[in-house]
Parts: sequence; structure tokens; C-alpha cells
Amino acid sequence: MLRFILSRLLQAIPVLLVVITVTFFLVRFAPGGPFDGERKVDPSVLKALEAQYNLDQPLMSQYFSFLGDLVQGDLGPSFKYPGRSVNELIGAGFPITAELGIYAILVALLIGAIAGVFSALKPNSARDYISMSTAMIGICMPAFLLGPLLILIFGIWLEWLPVSGWGDLPGDKILPSVTLGAVYAAYVARLSRGGMLEVLSQDYIRTARAKGLPEHVVILKHGLRAGMLPVVAYLGPAFAGILSGSFVIESVFQIQGLGRFYVLAAFNRDYTLIMGCTVFLATLIIVFNLLSDVLSAYLNPRLRSQLGGK
Amino acid sequence: MNINIKASLIHTHLKQAVRLLLITVSVLAIVSCGTRETRVEEGNRLGIFHVENSAEPQSIDPHVSTGVPENNIMVALYEGLVAKHHETLEPIPGIADRWEISEDGKTYVFHIRDNAKWSNGDPITAEDFHWSWSRALDPKMGNQYAYMLFPIKNAEPFATGKLDNFDDVGVRVISEKVLEVELENPIPYFLQLLDHHAAYAVHKDSILEFGEKTDRFSKWTRPGNMITSGAFRLKDWKIYKVLKVEKNPYYWDKESVSLNEIHFYPIENFSTAERMFRVGQVHKTFEIPLNKVDVYRQESPEKFRNAPYIGTYYYQFNLSRPPFDNIKVRQALSLAIDRDTINQSVMYGIVEPAYSLTPPGAAGYQPPKLIEFNPEKAKKLLAEAGYPNGEGFPDVELLYNTNESHRKLAVAVQQMWNKHLGINVQLLNQEWKVYIASRNNLDYDIARAGWIGDVVDPINFLDLGLSSNGNNRSAYDNPEYDKMILETIPQSQTHEERLANFAKAEEMILTDLPFVPIYTYKTKYLLDPSVKGLSPNFLDHYGYKHVTLGN
Repeated sequence: MLRFILSRLLQAIPVLLVVITVTFFLVRFAPGGPFDGERKVDPSVLKALEAQYNLDQPLMSQYFSFLGDLVQGDLGPSFKYPGRSVNELIGAGFPITAELGIYAILVALLIGAIAGVFSALKPNSARDYISMSTAMIGICMPAFLLGPLLILIFGIWLEWLPVSGWGDLPGDKILPSVTLGAVYAAYVARLSRGGMLEVLSQDYIRTARAKGLPEHVVILKHGLRAGMLPVVAYLGPAFAGILSGSFVIESVFQIQGLGRFYVLAAFNRDYTLIMGCTVFLATLIIVFNLLSDVLSAYLNPRLRSQLGGK
Repeated sequence: MNINIKASLIHTHLKQAVRLLLITVSVLAIVSCGTRETRVEEGNRLGIFHVENSAEPQSIDPHVSTGVPENNIMVALYEGLVAKHHETLEPIPGIADRWEISEDGKTYVFHIRDNAKWSNGDPITAEDFHWSWSRALDPKMGNQYAYMLFPIKNAEPFATGKLDNFDDVGVRVISEKVLEVELENPIPYFLQLLDHHAAYAVHKDSILEFGEKTDRFSKWTRPGNMITSGAFRLKDWKIYKVLKVEKNPYYWDKESVSLNEIHFYPIENFSTAERMFRVGQVHKTFEIPLNKVDVYRQESPEKFRNAPYIGTYYYQFNLSRPPFDNIKVRQALSLAIDRDTINQSVMYGIVEPAYSLTPPGAAGYQPPKLIEFNPEKAKKLLAEAGYPNGEGFPDVELLYNTNESHRKLAVAVQQMWNKHLGINVQLLNQEWKVYIASRNNLDYDIARAGWIGDVVDPINFLDLGLSSNGNNRSAYDNPEYDKMILETIPQSQTHEERLANFAKAEEMILTDLPFVPIYTYKTKYLLDPSVKGLSPNFLDHYGYKHVTLGN
């Protein structure tokens, strides 16, 4: 198991390097620079600005000095927000995005797993069809539609919950978490239904029942563990998707998270912030995929033995 | 046990779980509802003005910052040597309580008021302005608005590195409280420039404490570090969340300030901002989404503010590309645009159709209205240019930056040109920075553009047509026009003569038509009726000092 983790971590280095290199050069070659605006910047001012950000150096030397700083954990100053370092911006935005992501995953798991198991117990019944078509709607409904819809109902008509913010007013974390979680809940529901259906037809479930175990023990203890495997495998990519895809939610609900920094950085051609967010998110995605693989292996004895663990 | 019975047992468990979930949600909902007061109501009680300010301020260092949201904050934090009247925008005493202007209009002597103080209690001196302007103009600073100070003698050579010694620049400290400024040429709007953020004094000691004089990355603008000169001072700044300012207890005119705090919220999404306004989370929005205009007009017009603003929305031609090198083509295209229809059906009637490049009313200037809608004349001119009924007109593109209202307007113009002239123009949208690059590189045929004035003076719009102006971006190069702007207008002897010369320049540029004015901007935002004293004005300049809250 340790060898597996180590080798995956080693594989991650070239992947990261490719991501960094491609992003670095693509961003530099995109038309328009960080200082372009409606008002044309005077050439002498532009020269001074470029000197302050080392943009007057040759591209390759900028690239290597970026890599050098990166190794030391320094992502540089932001172009758009002078006086703020990229480390500081990521430090401010990430905890909020992560918190939002965790709540969203919890919402997704809670609603998704219940609906999925519920369906799997009585396949092809009315309740199966209803919960699965709801899941399908959830998958198809984009967050930029669901968010405003929930705001309209719970924020404006019923006046139960705040329409924006994060940690400002009581209850303002509910709508964003539910909105972001909804899409993933739908996937989780379909995956757990599939997983449970397969597991419930297995011999060991029949054995468990034959032993006379109460049905809830059979389902919750024996069935669920194997039935949730596809969901666990999906969690890594889902969490990565939530982190990098929370921009829409963060914008609709006015949340000061990393997703918003990232997308606005691209619009602003904030080179250092784009690079910083990319490196950070790429690392995170690699780590989460690895974690989800490890967790799957832990839950699945067959895989575990393949990997040479105990 | 029969399998079905077992299954139903599981269902009961699941049902219980679902029920629990529903109960939790309802309890949360009930806890969070009730008759709590909205943020706006709370603000009215505590004297806190909640302002939605569209974007995270990039910087509140007045020599670094460039945008409107930043300016909206800086006018609270700083005061210029001379301030602006909150309604008329006339220059009124600010940090300086009086000034003398020499006969030739080139030398200004400012007397700083005795009780002018920084927000930490330090006195504000003439030396503060001297040092601050040497920073604002320092070539290493990369200050994009340094040119606002260029009317000062030798300021431009110093800022562009041609002159090393700041002592040669026309700013002199006469005594602790007296500052003398010498101009290159007498310009009538110099006092207005002193209220621009490029001309604000910054606090020397705190800047040097946290970094170099010209350091853009310094932490001196952080809460706790920052010391300012205005009616308010920085209290808190949470990135992407809120920036709070509080009443400055050392401000010379603190008795006139009614607000205790102003909170600025950075919200890029206009729809989110509108929803926050609707449920009482903010007093004021930055802008109203176009699709909400009719709703507010019908249901609560008292909350919708739509006042003249010094800005022009126009289309520009690339004169280096045929067929736009032909003046008749440009005139024909302009004549075929029905600006009233655009205002009414595309812009919901919240702008003014533009008949001149300069918005009417700037510094008492009423520009000649040479723009008209005349499809017959347009057709005739296009035929004379060699394209009868649009035959043989080359394939051209109309460029705009990605935005729904720019797109709608472009579609409307595309159809007008097709209907009245028989030509087909393709629409091309580009992301903001790409669009700016295309315009800078003259890589377009026709492009949408907008210009907002920095000062209330027609020169701010008319100098767009200068061949040497980087914002021209149309390859328009008319030596006669350049001469008008650079020589004739500055030599005008009286205000009337100057206005008459502006009218002549306007006539020239509206005949040549490198730029086709479409509409004059108006401010369009939502304001809670409990906010009093936030007077609309031409620059959308906020005199927070005069704002009071309450019913």
C-alpha cells in the first residue's frame, strides 16, 4: 500500500510540471495583458509596471524564476491586486471554498445515498422512477438556474434564508451548500442505486439473510459497504469538481471563495494568480484522486490484495 | 422473515431518516426567520451606509488605483487640496481653505487650513503634498493617472524620466501651510484636477514604514496601517467580502459628517446585487440589470435613479482599412442608425441618444447636434461612395466585448444597416482583454467603444480625436483637427471663445466621423429612499459627507 501511494505521488510530479508549463505559456500567449484597459496605458508607465513585475525579462527566465519561487512556496504578488500576494489570496479564498465543498458533499451524500438505496430496494417501482427522474433533473439543471430559483423561493418569497453571503447572516450557508450539492446528489443517487442493486443480488447477501440477520443489518452493514464503492470512487473527482467548479455558486451567492478568484484572475490576466490557483488546484485534485483510490482499495478487499497490502 | 417485510422495515428506517432531514431543514428555517431587521434597517439605526460597489478594489493607494469602484472608496478616505461641490461639482475649499491665482493663470498659491489633520492626528502640511506629488509622478511608480498632474510645469518630463530632479517641477513649499504650484499653461479646469485621486496627499511616514516610496506591493493600505485625510478612515478590509470605513475623528469638518460607517460590498453580478437590494441587504447598488428596469419603473420608481452621466457610447471605424477610409461610407453608416429606437427598444429608455461626441452640458458647453437619422441621405452617400444599395460592399465585422447589452445593440445596428443600406455586417464578440488588444492593434473594422470623462470639460472627449492620443485607436489623423485641439483651444482668451472653439472642433470630428456617437450614458442604479443627500451629479461623484440615513 505504501509503495502504491509513493509511486502515485512520484507520478504526480511530471503531471504537475506539464500542467504548470502549459498554463504558463498559454496564459502569456493569450491576447491582452494584465495592464490593458479602456484607457491606454502610456508606454513609459507600462515600462515601469513591467519592470515592477519582472515582465521585462525574457519569457524563459520568467518561467524558471517562477519555478524557483514555486519550489520555495512563493507564488508571487498579484497583478490585479498590488499589495496582496497570491499565497495570501489563496489562503483567504480556499478555506471558504473548502467549507462550501464539504457541506455540498455532505448534502450530496445524505440526499443521494438515501434516494439511491431507497430506489434500489424496490427497483422499477413508482418510487424508484420518481426518485431517479428527480435525480436526472438534478443532473441536468445547471447551478446558475437552480441557485436563483432556490433564492427566489426561500430568500425572496418565503424570506426564510438570506439571498447572499457566507458567514454574515444566520443561515446563509444553507442555500449555497444545497445548490452546489444538488447536482452531485443526483449523481450519487444514481451511482448508489446501481451499486446497491448489484450487491443485493450477490451470494453473500443471500448468506447473510439465510443466517437470519435482521434486514436492516443486512442492508446497512453488509450491503451498504460494497454498494457505496462506486460512490467512494466518485468522491475524489467530485470533490475536485466542486472545488474548481464552485465559481458559479460563489458568484450567484456572493461568496468570497477561491473559485471566484480563479475565474476573475483569468479575465484580468492576473498571471501570477492564475498560475497560483492552477498549481494549487492541480495538486489538490491529484491528492483527492489518490485519497479516493486509497479509500476504494481499503473498502474493497479484492483490490487491496492486488496492491500488495494486508 | 419474508423479504418484502424486511424491505419494508428498511423503508421505515429510510423514511425516518428523510423525516429527520425535513425536520432539521424546517427547524433551521424557523430559527432563521422571524421578524429580524434587515441590514438596511439596522444601518439606518446605526448610521451605517451599505453600498454595493461592483468589484473588489484592486488597491486603495491613490497612486496605484485606476477604477471606478476604487474611486468610490477613495473619495470617502481622502480629500483633495480643493474639493468638489456635491451637486454642482464646482471647486470648493477642501484641505486648502483658500487659494490665489496669478493674473496670467499660471501660478496658484494654496493655503492649507490650520485644522487639517491626518486620521492619526498629524497636521497636514504643504510638504505632504510636495512629497505625495513627487511620488505620484515618480516614473518607478507606474502610476497610470500621473498625467492628471501634467499641467504642472515640468511634471511630464519628470514622470517620463527625461528630468531627474523633482525640484525643477513647478511645486514649491513656501511655508508649512502654503504651497505654490506653477503650471505649464493656464488651463481653466486645473482646480478640478486637484480632487482627482492622482492629486491626493498620502501619509509619508506610514508609507515609508511599510515599504519603499514607490512600492506598489506595500502593506500600508491595510487596516491598522493606513492613514488618510478624508471624512472617513479605513476600519476593516476583508478581501472579496467587505471594506469598511468609519468616521475620521480628526477630520476638520467632522461636525458635518452624519454617517458613522460606510460598508462597500464587491459584487460583480448585477442580478445578485439587485436581489440583495430587494431584501434590504444594501442601500445602494452599483448598477441595475437592464431586465429589471421596467419592474422598478412601474412598481417603485422612487428607488431607481437614472441621471445624466459624463460618458459617450460610440462605434469607431478603423480608418486604415477600406472601405472606412472613405468619409462617405462613414457618414452613410452613421446616418442609417436610428438612435431613438436604440434607446427605447434596446436600452429600455435609460440612456440619451447621442448627437455629439461630447455629452451636452459639460462646463456649460452645448455641442452642435450634427448627427441625424436620415436613411435616404445615407443611401445616396453610400451610392456615391461606389456601393449603390450596398452592392459590392466588402465583408466587414462589428466588434464588441462579450456583454449582453452590447450584443443587443450590435444586432439592432446590424439590422438597421441591412434594412436601410442593404449591407451585411458580421458580428464579432471578444472577451474584454482580447477586444482591447484588437483595438490597440487596429485589428478590427468597426468596434464598439465607450468613454467616461475624468473632469467636467469637453477637452476630455474632444482630444480622443488627436492623432497622438493612444485612446484614439481609429487611425484618425487630421492635422487641422490636431492644431485645433493643441493650439487654438488652449489659446482661447475667454470662456465663450473656448466654448466656440470646442463647437468648431466638434463640427470637424462629427463631419469626419472616425467615431459615431450612439448614446450618452446615464447613471442607472437602485437607491433606498432612506438615503438622503446623495446628490446625482455629472461625474457620479459621491459626497458621502452630506449623506444622512433615516425615514
